[in-house]
Amino acid sequence: MSEVSLKRHPLDDYLRVARMPHIWCPGCGLGLVVNCFLRGLLRSQLNLDKVVIVSGIGCTGRAAGYINLDSFHTTHGRAVPFATGLKVANPELEVVVISGDGDLVAIGGNHLIHAARRNTDLTVLCVNNFVYGMTGGQMGPTTPLTARTTTSRGGSVDRPFNIPHLAAASGAAYVARWTTAHVRRLEKAVTEALLKQGFSLVEILSPCPTYYGRMNKQVTGLDQMKYFRDNSVIKSGIDPKGVGIEVNGPIVVGKFIDRG
Amino acid sequence: MPEREYLAGEFFLSGDDACAEGAISAGCRFFAGYPITPATEIAERMSERLPEVGGNYIQMEDELGSMAAVLGASWAGVKAMTATSGPGFSLMMENIGLGIMTETPCVVVNIQRGGPSTGLPTLTGQGDMMQARWGSHGVYSIIALSPSSPQELYDLTIRAFNLSEKYRLPVLVMSEAATGHMYEKVVIPPSGEIELLARRKPTVPPETYLPFAPDADLVPPMANAGEGYRLHVTGLTHDERGYPAMTVEAQDRLVRRLVDKIERNKADIIALEEDGTGDAEVVICSYGVSARVSQIAVERARGEGIRVGLLRLITVWPFPDDRVRELARQVKAFVVPEINYGQIALEVERCACGLAKVVLVPHMGGRVHAPELILEAVRQAAR
Repeated sequence: MSEVSLKRHPLDDYLRVARMPHIWCPGCGLGLVVNCFLRGLLRSQLNLDKVVIVSGIGCTGRAAGYINLDSFHTTHGRAVPFATGLKVANPELEVVVISGDGDLVAIGGNHLIHAARRNTDLTVLCVNNFVYGMTGGQMGPTTPLTARTTTSRGGSVDRPFNIPHLAAASGAAYVARWTTAHVRRLEKAVTEALLKQGFSLVEILSPCPTYYGRMNKQVTGLDQMKYFRDNSVIKSGIDPKGVGIEVNGPIVVGKFIDRG
Repeated sequence: MPEREYLAGEFFLSGDDACAEGAISAGCRFFAGYPITPATEIAERMSERLPEVGGNYIQMEDELGSMAAVLGASWAGVKAMTATSGPGFSLMMENIGLGIMTETPCVVVNIQRGGPSTGLPTLTGQGDMMQARWGSHGVYSIIALSPSSPQELYDLTIRAFNLSEKYRLPVLVMSEAATGHMYEKVVIPPSGEIELLARRKPTVPPETYLPFAPDADLVPPMANAGEGYRLHVTGLTHDERGYPAMTVEAQDRLVRRLVDKIERNKADIIALEEDGTGDAEVVICSYGVSARVSQIAVERARGEGIRVGLLRLITVWPFPDDRVRELARQVKAFVVPEINYGQIALEVERCACGLAKVVLVPHMGGRVHAPELILEAVRQAAR
């Protein structure tokens, strides 16, 4: 009798295996995001029964469904205030918001800046793929000028947000940006953000080959990862007001804010 | 609760004050809200009282955030509430829907004012009654209570918490500026004398717990975040595990149950007050402050020899179909005074099914009816 070897992912204990395969596209950065998040979480040695994930709507929002912790997949833009309610009502909970750029910074923008203002003890992972992926690739508040999307076919004419600057100016205690190409540094940033007392935000640039990549000459996830790798420059400690992202410009990554 | 924290006795309170005290008595320990006339005083009182009883008050940046925070706090295991008026009620609608879909116990108070839009911020209205039933998108049922006095704002806020915990959904307290800003005697009983309900907890370990598998009453036992159950809660249509299940079958199972858990438990949920309906030829069907004005019309009409009764809706939703249908076989007419252009009157008409006339006594808002208006409608109906 031959043995069947059961293929297990090293993080299967922390994933909802019954829900695999996930819905994300080949080349999507969200697999890396979940991976880095779980590794960073395990390194933090937090009590997993007290860790709660809150997400909004969008591709990133689906992460809550795949992570085997208490998780809440809420309404579009409202993950941060939902998380605020959880944390204020039970401060023993470690509350993590995992959501996308549109969810957190467009419809959810007001809640984001107020949570940062209050310095509520939350960890926010903002996955930025520069588009609204779930609805088919429309422009969003982080789409770089001149980038093409399904609602900016001639190139976007709207200036994007600089998320680290926005979070820092609103009062966040910890602000960092990494890309999915920076797996080890991202994992470390997750640990730091989780353990930080106060409002922590980590922006994670992530490929969306199906939409943003395809429409902007980075056709595969690997193309986008190479773009991140080749164009990013680490400048920890720099004033985040200067880290806006432009097409063909440098991508400044690092830990920008870590204050008491 | 130590004496300092718990008020007991007779007080002269506004409806808004009484609502806040009802919440405290009910065990509410979280309020997230945003100032809005005429509900602001509820937030103000909660901001003072909650820290006194070991709870938390947070003033959110808007009503959207407030409703989201209330849901989050409830999942943290804390009885949670918000209070608003028409414009804020509209903003809260999407997350009320999330609360219904995720079966989250909480209380939402609407001290109604003149609408639509900014309307009459400081003046009374009852124009949100249909919105209370249908305001969020999609298919669902809701519980809405309508107090007629500051005392009832106290009592029914407690009842709202009890119903929300028992049936696992946001329960609405629909009051008005007239009642919210009215000052009257409110009796607060000693804390041991108030019956309080709490959400049913799971009796099985996390490995076998299905967060959305209902018990016989169609309500699932509820674990909270942080208790080791590794819950998944989503606004997407989901199965008994709580996992998204976007199929026709899952939608049918889930949505029917969300409605049926209210509709099938109507006998427990519905509260009515009847005065003289036994042999009535005309019945005034009313709620909230309009029911109080109606009492004056009832007395005067009886004085004129008209056999008139009052059916006061303490529970407006679910609507008491059965009782209204029963009365429709007995009376000539229903008279429905409400501070809108006909909302609950439509329900009365639906249930009367042509067996009795339904006479709306509308008022667009800004003031309560003059009793004479209602009395005249009763006279006409009795002819």
